[in-house]
Amino acid sequence: MTVELLPDLVLCVLLLVVAWSALFASTRRDAMALFVAFGMIVALVWARLGAPDLALAEAAIGAGLTGVLLLRAARKLPVSSARRFDYRRHLGALTFIVVAVSGFAVSIILPSPADITANNIDSPVAAAMSDSGVSHQVTAVLLNFRAWDTFLELLVLLFAITGLRQLFPIEKESLEPARTWQLLVSWTRTLVPLLLLVGGYLLWRGSSGPGGAFQAGALLAAGCVMLRITGMLPPLHWSSFAVRGSVCAGTLLFLCTAVLTHSLGAGWLDYPEAHAGTLILMIETLATLSIAIILTLLVAGERKDLCS
Amino acid sequence: MSSLAANSIILYLLVAVALVMLGLYGLLVLKDPIRRLIAINIMGSGTFLTMIAFARRQDPPDPILHALVVTGLVVAISATAFALRLILAARESREAATSGSTEAEDE
Repeated sequence: MTVELLPDLVLCVLLLVVAWSALFASTRRDAMALFVAFGMIVALVWARLGAPDLALAEAAIGAGLTGVLLLRAARKLPVSSARRFDYRRHLGALTFIVVAVSGFAVSIILPSPADITANNIDSPVAAAMSDSGVSHQVTAVLLNFRAWDTFLELLVLLFAITGLRQLFPIEKESLEPARTWQLLVSWTRTLVPLLLLVGGYLLWRGSSGPGGAFQAGALLAAGCVMLRITGMLPPLHWSSFAVRGSVCAGTLLFLCTAVLTHSLGAGWLDYPEAHAGTLILMIETLATLSIAIILTLLVAGERKDLCS
Repeated sequence: MSSLAANSIILYLLVAVALVMLGLYGLLVLKDPIRRLIAINIMGSGTFLTMIAFARRQDPPDPILHALVVTGLVVAISATAFALRLILAARESREAATSGSTEAEDE
């Protein structure tokens, strides 16, 4: 135990305490507020663990958008009934967890604690960086070496939005939040231009440092969600070509690139070295647009947005 | 940034296990759908923490794991949004079933 470990200990204790209270707070509203706090602490943990890309994404997505999502949905759900303590349920869950943890400890941690922290893997990424077209390793992995992950991840977003559209009942009109908090309106006026600026910066910065399509997309989505909630942005009608086009743009460009690189070059999503940087920037720009619009629709989408 | 000590990596791994188990416990015990969703998200955070703690073993942390977790975060929020919509849809259809002919009660 050294002083070095102190910030980690503080963060870990905070993480566990806030996670516990987010689950077992007395009211649902407290639980959701604490979950937002949990997201912020997780973002701090990522920063501490040397993952600034993740810290940015978590602060925007985990703490920001998820919170809005939960709070908006909870509006429409009735207050949960009083909890009654069921000993058998708790005992069963506890037993299961104790067995699972001890199994994990016995099988992984106890045999060779030294192996867990051993630094014996050489990263193939650093060696291949020179022909990736960008200079930031995480971006290189996301958009070049493992571009398939990113492509499929955009598809997941598309599936989510398609699924969401199926789940709106047809006849009932959802009610519009009539009163908008005045402070929220003025804050939105101040924050949205800043979010736009920071989002654009992160997108551009992604090729050489922490940042990139996901973080930029999440920030832009946060801006759109704020505008949408305060009513300053009219409903994004699904029928409009612009909305559909921007939802699909990232995936389509990825697909075209994949087909082109397959038919002209080395293989699926294997970029020619000379144009890798430009291609990545183009894909990232359109992916940012897609991610921003899809996340906005996922978080703040009403019937008017998705079914008209 | 100075390289983290092996002790702190183990500490974060243990906390990750604790988070997964805490989330699992919540998932098994709680009944409110929103809290269950929070529990699932906490389990997910535990998983991500495991990956990032492992990534920290190298001195520049392993970018592959970071990239995977960035992807995972976005997938997690889309799954959460879909789950919430499912919860609301289930609730709406139950309301429609119980109210039956009397359509007066509306939220």
